[in-house]
Amino acid sequence: MPILSKNFYAFFGIEPKLRLDLEALQKRFYELSRTWHPDRFTRKSPSEQAEALEATAVLNDGYRTLRDPVKRAEYLLTEEGFPIGEQRSKDVPPELLEEVFELNMALEELKSGDDSARPQLETAKQNFTGMRAKVDAELEKLFGKYDASEPQSETAKQALHEVRGALNRRRYIENLIRDVDRALNPDVAAAEPVDDRL
Amino acid sequence: MGTFQIDFGESRKSKIVGIDLGTTNSLVAYMELTGPRIVEDADGRKIVPSIVSLSEDGKLIAGEIASELLLTKPERTVYSVKRLMGRGVADIQEELKLFPFRIAPEDNIKLELGGRTFTPPEISAAVLRQLKENAEDALGETVGQAVITVPAYFNDAQRQATKDAGRLAGLEVLRLVNEPTAASLAYGLDKRKNGVIAVYDFGGGTFDVSILRIHDGIFEVLATNGDTHLGGDDIDNLLLRIALEDLQSEWGENLSGDSEGVQRLRRAVIAAKQELSFVPGTNIELDYHGRRYLRAIDRTLFERLITPIIERTLEPCRACLADAKLTPADIDEVVLVGGSTRIPLVRAAVERLFKSKPHTELNPDEVVALGAAVQAGILSGDVEDQLLLDVTPLSLGIETMGGVVSKLIHRNSTIPASATESFTTAVEGQRNVLIHVLQGERELVKDCRSLARFDLKDIQPMPAGFARIEVRFLIDANGILNVTARDARTGKEHSVEVKPSYGLTEEQVEVMIQEGLERAEEDMQERQLREARVEADNMLAATAKAQKNAAWDTLTAEERERVEAAKRDVLTVYHGKDHHVLTAALEDLNQATMTLAENMMNTAVRGALTGTKID
Repeated sequence: MPILSKNFYAFFGIEPKLRLDLEALQKRFYELSRTWHPDRFTRKSPSEQAEALEATAVLNDGYRTLRDPVKRAEYLLTEEGFPIGEQRSKDVPPELLEEVFELNMALEELKSGDDSARPQLETAKQNFTGMRAKVDAELEKLFGKYDASEPQSETAKQALHEVRGALNRRRYIENLIRDVDRALNPDVAAAEPVDDRL
Repeated sequence: MGTFQIDFGESRKSKIVGIDLGTTNSLVAYMELTGPRIVEDADGRKIVPSIVSLSEDGKLIAGEIASELLLTKPERTVYSVKRLMGRGVADIQEELKLFPFRIAPEDNIKLELGGRTFTPPEISAAVLRQLKENAEDALGETVGQAVITVPAYFNDAQRQATKDAGRLAGLEVLRLVNEPTAASLAYGLDKRKNGVIAVYDFGGGTFDVSILRIHDGIFEVLATNGDTHLGGDDIDNLLLRIALEDLQSEWGENLSGDSEGVQRLRRAVIAAKQELSFVPGTNIELDYHGRRYLRAIDRTLFERLITPIIERTLEPCRACLADAKLTPADIDEVVLVGGSTRIPLVRAAVERLFKSKPHTELNPDEVVALGAAVQAGILSGDVEDQLLLDVTPLSLGIETMGGVVSKLIHRNSTIPASATESFTTAVEGQRNVLIHVLQGERELVKDCRSLARFDLKDIQPMPAGFARIEVRFLIDANGILNVTARDARTGKEHSVEVKPSYGLTEEQVEVMIQEGLERAEEDMQERQLREARVEADNMLAATAKAQKNAAWDTLTAEERERVEAAKRDVLTVYHGKDHHVLTAALEDLNQATMTLAENMMNTAVRGALTGTKID
């Protein structure tokens, strides 16, 4: 039995990279599931059962994190000592200031029952979705930059710093899209968790 | 005749059974070398109706007999109790309008049967006990461990209640498996090796849909959705309501208040519903107290009536596809589960939505129990190449400032799944922190389902914000939440007191199990006492007869007095409660009459030799 590690990369036995081969990750997830799933430990001792439960929880949490580029990057940042602070609403990325101002006006109008703001919001949503795609492309490049750098080097740290910036911007845009969605479909959007996959 | 045992060593393990504990019907199955097999009772029946009745002598009986008693003793009989599992009195007001549940006025739901009250897990335990007995009869060995299926969309409280029912029935519940996933295991045995399948499970009282990826024996659930209060029951209730109105206009009499009449009419509409799956038209027929009600119903009308109910199943299907990030074109196969999927309109709706013809090779009533047996085989190690990776159907979160829910584990996360959260104190010297755990997708506490309140106690008094207690929320492979806490400063385990919002506390379950054992003990005492009395009757009669025999006169006065004394002793303790005392007195009488019996035997032998008939 391998030694249990709570670090997701170590548990999966893969290099701590930001770009991952998702097919290989899935294959590894299935292999490790066959080894560790509690179903395989029914006839074993209580301590072995507890260990299997613990290991499978780490495995599943790890797979959920690593297969998703945004969650994976956030995880690696935290592990490397770059905690990702909660973005506060006042920290508007400067390049978005004007857009956000207009968006808030439109949101207010729609809330007060003025449906003429709807087309403007639809356009805003398209804009933000486009912006998100741009950030995603940028992230993809930064992932490559980090993966190519020497671990712990200045280049690596610089790359992580930039990744963090891009992730914050992405989260901000994501929240805007969610706000617009909620304003447009108040019934449906309430039940939807944020979809933060690339 | 002597017997000898063969020692199978390690390979001889007691069977784990798989149980489908349904709203309407229940089944039990086990794994054989050739595959899963449903248990049949002595009469060859596989289905045990999930109906429970309190007998006159105070026992809960389940199954076919209870099903008959539903007509003759409706006030002592209950059905569809699965709808009440893990719920609160406030939740079930809608059900009360449609079901003849008699709820005792208490906080937790208790059902009144013949003057006594029972919790839903106790009622379900009666069904499980019947299934356990049937399995034991079929296997010829005691059964102590089980896999029980639950609707995929069951929340934590409903799962916990099911597990409690198992324990009350004397079963160690090794795993709760989601019904649609269990069904996929049954189908997966000889189906395609790889692909994406959707399971549409429309049962008696619940609706589930699950989408799975099958990959070399790994059954990975991608998403699940459903409605725990939508099923064939709803179709029955709809038809029943219409039939009651129709009957009233015809007979000029409202049958609603007459439980027996309602139950008979309910049977009639169910029969009509089932027939309409196979024939284009039929009648709802009731003969009751010399009166007759007859209403023709054809499939077109039936389909128009039930369309809104079928429509309600499609929304969860679409949501499930969206959560799995798939479109209908990605679904390779669709599997139908549950009796309600026999309805042609249901099949057509499913085919239209998923754009693929659904599988119906396996009996939709049996497929879940078969799958539960496969899962039992996986747990016992008999099935090695398959593994089920299931998900939690609902997001788990905690209450934060302003009545908002902060999500910790999102729905459709593969289980076991965990999340850790740090808590601290808000005021100086605070000793307790209360954590309110909720399940659901909505943002506000009031729109989610309260699971439990966890009290972190005995925190060292220190300034506000200094304490750091790490709380770990772990959803296990059964979909049930476990909470542990650790003081982040000392690393010491921290005590957590759990107050479940619905259902039974651990202590209540323990008490019920204890009562159950005592009741079983009482039952046993009762039986032994009855047996001892029967024996006493026989012996007293035999002695009285012997006293008229010639052999009686051959006894000494002392011997005769001893017999008389022993007889008196037996009569004295005859109506006592302790069978041991009666058995001891009978033994004395037996001893006292030994000489008499010997003498009678001798006389008889002599008589036989001389040809004299002895009476």
